[in-house]
Amino acid sequence: MSSESDTPRPILYSYFRSSCSWRVRIALALKGIEYELRPVNLLKREHKGDEFIQMNPQGFVPYFVHGHVRLSQSLAILEYIEEAFPSPVRLLPSAPDKRALVRSLAHIIALDIQPLQNLRVLQKVGDERKVEWARDFITEGFQALEKGLEKAHGRYCVGDVATLVDVCLAPQLYAARRFGVDMSKFPTICKMEEVYKTEEPFIRAAFDRQPDTPEDLRAT
Amino acid sequence: MSSEKPVLYTYWRSSCSWRVRIALQIAGIEAEHRPVHLVKAEQTSQPYSELNPLQQVPSMVINGETLTQSMAIMEYISELKPDCNLLPASPLDKAKVRMICEIINSGTQPLQNLSVLKKFSDKQEERADWAKYWITKGFVALEKALKNTAGEYCYGNKLTLADCCLVPQVYNAVRYNVDMSEFPLISKINQTLEKIPQFKAAHPSNQIDCPE
Repeated sequence: MSSESDTPRPILYSYFRSSCSWRVRIALALKGIEYELRPVNLLKREHKGDEFIQMNPQGFVPYFVHGHVRLSQSLAILEYIEEAFPSPVRLLPSAPDKRALVRSLAHIIALDIQPLQNLRVLQKVGDERKVEWARDFITEGFQALEKGLEKAHGRYCVGDVATLVDVCLAPQLYAARRFGVDMSKFPTICKMEEVYKTEEPFIRAAFDRQPDTPEDLRAT
Repeated sequence: MSSEKPVLYTYWRSSCSWRVRIALQIAGIEAEHRPVHLVKAEQTSQPYSELNPLQQVPSMVINGETLTQSMAIMEYISELKPDCNLLPASPLDKAKVRMICEIINSGTQPLQNLSVLKKFSDKQEERADWAKYWITKGFVALEKALKNTAGEYCYGNKLTLADCCLVPQVYNAVRYNVDMSEFPLISKINQTLEKIPQFKAAHPSNQIDCPE
C-alpha cells in the first residue's frame, strides 16, 4: 500500500472536457486511486468565481488537493502522483533515458500541441479561423509524435504498459477528432486510440462519463 | 556518464535552447554547442529532421541517446546530477518547481513561438500584440505563483529548473514590450539571476552563433 494511505483521499477539481483535467483523471484511474471529483464549469466561468479563486488564485483546472498538497498544472500534478503513489502501477520507466523518451513524447502533446488549441486560445483566434488553426497544430504535432511512436510503441505508446504518453494522448485524440484532423496519416496513433477504447481506466476517465458531462454528450 | 562530450543543438535566441544551456551550466556539464540557424530554416534539413522530427531546437545527444523537448532534457540533467538541486528532493517541492516551469513552458512560451506568430499574422505589429498579450497573461499567473514560492530565486534560495525557464521568458517579455512594472517579483528575481556567472554564460549574447 502506498505511503499516502493515511491522508484523506485526493480531491480533483476538473472540467469534463478539459484535456488537462482528463489527463489527471486517467492517471488516477490507471493507478487505482480513489478520489473525489469536484466539477468546475469553465463555460460558466466558475474557474474565475470568488470561491475557486480564493482556494486557487491561478484559477486553472485541473487543481489537485491531497492533504497539505495543493497543485495546479497537469504535468506537475502527474509527476507528483507518480512519486506519491509509486505502486503498484508506474507511469514512468525507471531508466533515465527511457524516462526522457516518455517525457519527450508526452511533452510534444502537452507543450507543443494542446496549449495552442485550448479553449482560451481558440476564443482569441476567433470562430472563423479556430477549426483550421486547431487542426493544423494538432496535425503538425501528430506528425512528430507518429514518428516517435513508430520506434517506441508496443501495445501502448512506449512499450507494453501505459505511460505518461498515453495519459496525454487519449484526451488529445478527442480534440483531433473534434477538429477534423485527417487521422489516416497516423496509423500508430490510431492503433493507440483503439486500445484506449477497450481499457477500463481510459473509459472511466473519458469526457463522456463524468459527473459534469452534459446529457447530450453522455455515453450511453 | 560516457567519456564523449554531450552535444547540444541550439539557437542563440531560442528560449528552449537557452533553458537547457542554463541547466547544463548549473549542473556543471560541459557540452559541445552545435548551432542550428532557425531563420535560415536549418532545422528543416534532412539530417536535423532525423534527429528531431518536430524540427525544433534544442536537441541533445548524451550518453548515446538523442533527447528532445527542453523540459524532458532538463529532467534528465536533474536526474544525472541530483546534488545540483535543479529539482529539489521532496515530491511536493519538485511539484512546485515543475508547476512554475509549466506556467512558462506550457502556458506562455508556446504561444509566442515563431511558428505560432507566423500562423497568426503576416503583420509584424499584429504578431507583436499577440505575443505581448499571451506573455502578459502568463506572467500574471507566474507572479501569483512566485508570491508563494520565491526566496532569492523562484523556489526558495537555491537555483532550480524554474530559474532556467524564467530568464529566457523575461527576455522575450522585454522584446515584446510587456509592461514589467506589473511584475515586480519576476523582475526582481530576474535581476538577481542575470548576475550569476552560469546565467551569463548561457545568455544569447555569449553564444557562438550570436550575430555581431
